[in-house]
Amino acid sequence: MKNNSNMSVLLKGILKENPVLVLILGTCPTLATTNNVAGAFGMGIAAMVVLVCSNMLISLLRKVIPDSVRIPCYIVIIAGFVTIVQMFVQAYFPELYEMLGVYLALITVNCIILGRSEMFASKNNVLRSALDGIGMGIGFTIALCAMAFIREVFGNASFAGIPIPFLEPYKIAFLVKAPGGMLVYGLLIALVYKITSGKAPLKTEFSCAGCPSAGSCHTGACMKKGEEQ
Amino acid sequence: MEVFKTLIIILLSSVLVNNYVLSRFLGICPFLGVSKKLNQAVGMGISVTAVMLLATAVTWPIQYLLLDKLGLGYMQNIIFILVIASLVQILELILKRFSPALHKGLGVYLPLITTNCAVLGVAINNINDGYNFLESMVSSLGCGLGFLLAMVLFSGLRSRIDESRVPAPFRGLAVTLIAASFISLAFMGFAGVVDALFA
Repeated sequence: MKNNSNMSVLLKGILKENPVLVLILGTCPTLATTNNVAGAFGMGIAAMVVLVCSNMLISLLRKVIPDSVRIPCYIVIIAGFVTIVQMFVQAYFPELYEMLGVYLALITVNCIILGRSEMFASKNNVLRSALDGIGMGIGFTIALCAMAFIREVFGNASFAGIPIPFLEPYKIAFLVKAPGGMLVYGLLIALVYKITSGKAPLKTEFSCAGCPSAGSCHTGACMKKGEEQ
Repeated sequence: MEVFKTLIIILLSSVLVNNYVLSRFLGICPFLGVSKKLNQAVGMGISVTAVMLLATAVTWPIQYLLLDKLGLGYMQNIIFILVIASLVQILELILKRFSPALHKGLGVYLPLITTNCAVLGVAINNINDGYNFLESMVSSLGCGLGFLLAMVLFSGLRSRIDESRVPAPFRGLAVTLIAASFISLAFMGFAGVVDALFA
């Protein structure tokens, strides 16, 4: 039974609660790094490493961190891991580092990571938090790669930098540019909704859900709190 | 004159050509989230501009006078995010104490900006692009105004979308993103405008 629930923690991030396509978190890196499959994959893995590490550490420290200053604490922990990952990528994968640029540093403010820290790691034990991090990370990577595949193959007639000659005359250059990203993302969300026939909790109200502070405010609660003050 | 020209180019290119929301994908979340009503969009836009300017004014000296001098360049991420988070908190306290009216208008948006990727993005990009202090401030102003422009334009479009009948799978975020894609497509038309301005 226990194993079963652990498994579901791991699996839910991949499809049922896919962070990108269902929870609509982390939109900025999703749009910015998906014009190339290699970049998208690198981004997904980098974010997953940060997510797993920070989830575990935050889960370990969840009884130590005072409630009132938890968000700054989480941010510092996440920023620390991002710096480590950044230095690692710069040292071993300089090409990827060039490709991702500032977005690698911006993993710090990726809503998925802060959101999972707040929603999951601060309430669960280390094992479950790590599994949640892995599941969410895989879900994030898959969604990113799917989007990058569509954009790169049809927009640039190549796959991970390798040209596909027979698609060359038909490529839609618009897809690899900024507007193409938003278009493909919109279509994918609609597709996921269609496949799950509306059973997935599609957020029609996302006034706060998508924002990086979503973790601290639980879907719109932050706006209400702001108005009360 | 030369300096003035550079500043104008930086300003216009960060408002129109390299618009943070529409071509660099920074700050997408508030762009999608808080653009439902015009007054909210304006409030958020102004708050983001103010925080961007303030953040740059503080992080630029920290980078060049503190981190670089001490060889702590790798601490950039941690220091910047902490500075921005505390800055927003202090700004909120100050506004609450000295200008309750302004706090009422903008205070709601401030907690949302703490971890807005556009603000951290501007601070880091200014350093990466090697701008001097004045150029950094102008670039932040441009990014903020570009954000405001995108928010205002989009809030107009949003109200039209809300009134129209959309197929079920596209309801909500999907149609919003596709609409944003069209605005972004329109902004691509500005590419090259700024370079040609002084040519």
